[in-house]
Amino acid sequence: MISAPDVVAFTREEELEDELYSEPPLPEEYSVPLFPFASHGANPWAKVASSKFTRDFILISEFSEQVGPQPLLTIPDDAKVGCGGVPAAGGDLNYFSLRIMSVDYQASFVGHPPGSAYPKLNFVEDSKVVLGDSKEGAFAYVHHLTLYDLEARGFVRPFCMAYISADEHKIMQQFQELSAEFSKASECLKTGNRKAFANELEKKLKDLDYTRTVLHNETEIQKKANDKGYYTTQAIEKANELASVEKSIIEHQDLLKQIRSYPYRKLKESDFHPYEPECGLDQANAGCDQDLTTSDLAEPGETHLYAHVPSYTPKLIKAKSAKCFDKKLKTLEELCDIYFFTQTLDQLHQIERTFRGDVCYLLTDQISRSLLKQQSVTNFLFEDVSFLDEKPPEKQYGGCQGLSQDAIDRKCSEESPAPKVVISLGSYKSSVESVPIKMEQEIEDPQEPKMTESVTFEHQENLDYLDADIKGSISSGESIEVLGTEKSASGLTKSESQASLPVSPSPQAGRSKVGSRRTVSEDSIEVLSTCPSESLIPEDFKASYPSAINEEPYVDDEEGGLRFTPKLNPDSTDEQEDVSKQETLVQVDSACCIGKESPNFLEPVPDLGQKPCDEDGVVRIPPQPYRPTEQGLRGSFGGFPSHDGISGGLLPYELDSRYLTGNREVSKSSLDECSDSTSYISSAASTCSDRTPSPAHPACQASERHKKKAGQNALRFIRQYPFAHPAIYSLLSGRTLIVLGEEEAIVKKLVTALSIFVPNCGVYAKPVKHWVTSPLHVVDFQKWKLIGLQRMVSPAGVNVLHALSRYSRYVSILDADSKTLRCPLYKGTLVSRLADHRTQIKRGSTYYMHVQSVLTQLCSKAFLFTFCHHLHLPISEREPEESVVNRRMNFLKLQLGLANEDIKIVLYLAELLKLQYIQEPGQRVNPLLRFDYVPSFLYKI
Amino acid sequence: KSSVQTIGEEQIQNPYTELLVLKGHQDIVRFLVQIDDCRFASAGDDGIIFLWNAQTGEKLFELHGHTHKITAIAPFSSSDASEEKNHLILTASADRTVIVWDCTSGRQVQKVSCFHSTVKCLTVLQRLDVWLSGGSDLCVWNRKLDLLCKTSHLTDAGISALVELPKNCVAAAVGRELIIFRLIASNDGSEGWNVLEVKRLVDHQDNILSLVSVNDLTFVTGSHVGELIVWDAFDWTKQASECNFWDSSVHPDTQSEIKLSQSPNETSVQHLTSDEECVFAAVGKGIYVYNLQMKRVIACQRTAHDSSVLHIEKLPNRQLISCSEDGSVRIWELREKQQLPAEPVPTGFFNMWGFGRANKQANQAAKKMQENAPMYFLELVGDLIGHSSAVQMFLYFGELGLATCSADHLIILWKNGGRESRLRSLTLFQKLAQNGDLQLK
Repeated sequence: MISAPDVVAFTREEELEDELYSEPPLPEEYSVPLFPFASHGANPWAKVASSKFTRDFILISEFSEQVGPQPLLTIPDDAKVGCGGVPAAGGDLNYFSLRIMSVDYQASFVGHPPGSAYPKLNFVEDSKVVLGDSKEGAFAYVHHLTLYDLEARGFVRPFCMAYISADEHKIMQQFQELSAEFSKASECLKTGNRKAFANELEKKLKDLDYTRTVLHNETEIQKKANDKGYYTTQAIEKANELASVEKSIIEHQDLLKQIRSYPYRKLKESDFHPYEPECGLDQANAGCDQDLTTSDLAEPGETHLYAHVPSYTPKLIKAKSAKCFDKKLKTLEELCDIYFFTQTLDQLHQIERTFRGDVCYLLTDQISRSLLKQQSVTNFLFEDVSFLDEKPPEKQYGGCQGLSQDAIDRKCSEESPAPKVVISLGSYKSSVESVPIKMEQEIEDPQEPKMTESVTFEHQENLDYLDADIKGSISSGESIEVLGTEKSASGLTKSESQASLPVSPSPQAGRSKVGSRRTVSEDSIEVLSTCPSESLIPEDFKASYPSAINEEPYVDDEEGGLRFTPKLNPDSTDEQEDVSKQETLVQVDSACCIGKESPNFLEPVPDLGQKPCDEDGVVRIPPQPYRPTEQGLRGSFGGFPSHDGISGGLLPYELDSRYLTGNREVSKSSLDECSDSTSYISSAASTCSDRTPSPAHPACQASERHKKKAGQNALRFIRQYPFAHPAIYSLLSGRTLIVLGEEEAIVKKLVTALSIFVPNCGVYAKPVKHWVTSPLHVVDFQKWKLIGLQRMVSPAGVNVLHALSRYSRYVSILDADSKTLRCPLYKGTLVSRLADHRTQIKRGSTYYMHVQSVLTQLCSKAFLFTFCHHLHLPISEREPEESVVNRRMNFLKLQLGLANEDIKIVLYLAELLKLQYIQEPGQRVNPLLRFDYVPSFLYKI
Repeated sequence: KSSVQTIGEEQIQNPYTELLVLKGHQDIVRFLVQIDDCRFASAGDDGIIFLWNAQTGEKLFELHGHTHKITAIAPFSSSDASEEKNHLILTASADRTVIVWDCTSGRQVQKVSCFHSTVKCLTVLQRLDVWLSGGSDLCVWNRKLDLLCKTSHLTDAGISALVELPKNCVAAAVGRELIIFRLIASNDGSEGWNVLEVKRLVDHQDNILSLVSVNDLTFVTGSHVGELIVWDAFDWTKQASECNFWDSSVHPDTQSEIKLSQSPNETSVQHLTSDEECVFAAVGKGIYVYNLQMKRVIACQRTAHDSSVLHIEKLPNRQLISCSEDGSVRIWELREKQQLPAEPVPTGFFNMWGFGRANKQANQAAKKMQENAPMYFLELVGDLIGHSSAVQMFLYFGELGLATCSADHLIILWKNGGRESRLRSLTLFQKLAQNGDLQLK
């Protein structure tokens, strides 16, 4: 519910201290980064001029050994997107695949390694690269992976999946998320591939076996036919052929053993289930299911893993299988099991949906989601909590911009997995393409490094493969490559570009730490350039980057590129832990980094005293995702959104007196302006709706649309019905509202509109029932708080109405046909703020956000009220109940500033909070119905 | 057009602002019986007995054993101070069995199935440590479920009600007769009892529907045609009787001229309850308060409900609760009438007869005559609407609230919302302290 960037401002603590900084209209976390091309008169929502596509897309391409880089498929589909969408011409796609494959990343080491008789398979980790191409206005996250193909050269076929966007920021800031998501997809693909490869090998082995038998027989026949004592050339040929078949069999057996001994390290990792049919794939797929379960539980090396093979008739084959060019290569679908392939596609579609839209939107959404997670006590009331749970728990956000500094401890640095990508807006502004990337791999547990040496869960016989293979994969493990195509720098003076390259690691700064850190990570950095000459690379970049790398103690230059070979160095782990303990999290800031060479640049977290903005007043830090630091109750205190700089103390009286009286009008109008201008611009800028912010989370795609619709309907409702306020009050105070009408569509529409005001009674309770035709009972009012009821003329309808009049004390009735409302009186002020019929808000989603923000505020009041001990219980034993009641009413009226019926709303919410909190996990609580004996009134239009 | 007094939606004195619906039964729930301070059992036509927690509404046990509907239920707790209190309940069913259940373990302790007819009533005589079952005959059992003695076959209809009287006597209502039995310790054995019919009272004109003991000296019976007889508990003589409840001429304080031909069903004494001073009778749709000392009806509400009142109970605070076939539960308060001459008769009376104005004069005249005697009336202070069908019975749990059971298969726990809210706060802070959330981290 905090998802409205323009509605709920969030204040960080340091802002309190920063009194000099007078009026940040919004905390920078929520502020929109200044648009770099603003000078060109463009608005931020217009597409970047140079990009040739209007929408992010995912491209899968292959470096084919026959034809070179070729695009395989795009998501979304070309056809679907049509003209406005993804690369209109096929030529573009070819160009893109050329570009993304041009950074082919790893010498995937295949073939006969020295000292080994047989070809070895490498279990190569994927590499992750960020590419930029300013000419095309395209930036890409590129995820390379290799798949096994028996017919391919070296048994491997390089593929890559790329997320291509016109927004460099999006790629950089969402690097971790992208990386995590693509890794999952890739893992799924590779799992399918291993399965298919094993099948293929088995078939091949059968073929070979059969061939051997045939050859053997032929040789025998020849031997018998030929008694002359010498061998004919034919016989020798046959013998040679037989020998090569034998060798081939051994080789293939070996390969099979290798593929079966795939290190299940990945699978051991917590909640990493590439097979999990997350996308709701048909489970009935029995064969796959079997594999799923087995592989999920599989102890490594279990031989039955791939044993599930359909019967196959072997055929005679040539001993030397030709890896020739005329042969048709397998398609991606054939390479991977069809099940896994479709699943991967689903995952990719999901990724595409997840990252659709503006980066600000994505970040804001992430921030609000993480904030909401902290509000575990109250968030169930008006939130769809289910989507909060869905995010994988290991997810961490890059910027690591903790809210409360004190809470940052070494856990913080220990917990953060995956490389951190932090960029500063400075570089964005000056459009220097080589964005410095910092990585910080998970600092592994002391035991974890041992894993490579002794993979305990492997069978002994596999150990030799693994040892070599995993080590091999380390060297080519995760790598981030930054690729710059310098073109636009010409328009900038050199000093400017220098000044605005803030985070580029200064050579001396913390180099030793870089080294030590790298040793524990599996990272390597490659700085590549597609520029023909080095001259276009900014000088400072040239100077700093390579040197920083060259001076590394662990440089591995054997590839000729700039690559680190991480080695495990236990000493440095200790040392580094010490350091990380002391480190305060320092926000990477241009001004600071450039001259002073902050040794902390690897910890991109906010410094206490640092100003969030530059001297020129430009907000340099785009919305940064921050990491939730605290859990539980305290977290929910900290997580309260507070507008006017009350963050630490959160004094209740301040909080609301300011709200309810003074700047209500102001804040509202500014809010409306803001949000509406935003929406107008966006709609004006892109007539195609694909660039408007769309859901950041795929699971709530539907609910997002629902929100929009509900908001729109709600707006219409409050404009249309003068008695909207008492109706909404009914819902907020827990009195069931029944929308009665003959036509289902009308009733459902009203129910949808009003549903955004219904507090949830529990996490899993569904208090809204859109359409009911049977008479209602008391039990229904316990379950449902908003009901659409059919009015019928039939005798059955009489029963329905009879039940309604019988239970009229528990319900408010909104008659959609005669446009009347029968419900208790409302004289409070809260609802009028929530549902002002003169509101300037035009868009449904904006209104939805407005509602959510008001409700959030309401929730925080309810929270305060619920968790103040002395408001509910006597301070001393002898204190009479009346004084507690007095205190309670005083608090509600004076300190929370509630008037009349608003008190009942908070009381109801508080009751829900209590019920939720005291509920024991396993126990199902009887739903209860609370009600008041208050008279109802009939409202007419 | 309903002639019943209504109260409207604003009920300041009604404390029940929270309800819990307890689901479980699959047929009419007819009986509720309190086990201890916070537990009660429910039983009905589905033959299942449920044990509930009256505070949380939690279903504690589901007791299966009877194959037919339950006809009687009685708590059967051991009074031995030595051993820890053992809560048992007795249930009788139309399958001609009686089962003893252990309420702590939820298990069947013992089953008796040697009955020739359905047991319709069960009474525990704590003093003698025996229990009686009444069907077509009366049987006496000890705690171990040994049959001590039994009467001869009395009637096919069977005993409809039993009440304990002093001097080891019990009164059994059999049809329109009231039979007094005496339990006599047998001469030979130490444990043996003999049951002896002592007296047959045939004063009632119709079937006796309700039988209740007021105190050690008196007990009261009510019959289907609206006779109420007060008996002396020692010599079983009639102390007083009231036979024309519907006939207002007997009660000059109510509208004397009104005489309506009412069907017997509307005058039957469905249920009786009493405190030390008064007997409260549910007669037809109405409630009557009969003062034992004054030997007359001191207050009444002729149509307290839309349909027959099935159960009434007197609360300690001069309040009276009634439930009815119309599915509602009403809370009444017995108030002394203000002796103001201009005070209008409660509107309910006019409404229900529909011609109040015409009788106003006479009514007031009648009132003046009664001025010296204290006058009472029953005021409706609240009603509880929740059941969709007849409310069979209810159980008042004091602070914990009120449990009602109904033909709609539901049991509803009505609670004081303020108290519950406070209790929840208490639990909340206890849990907070338990989880250590109160400490600043």
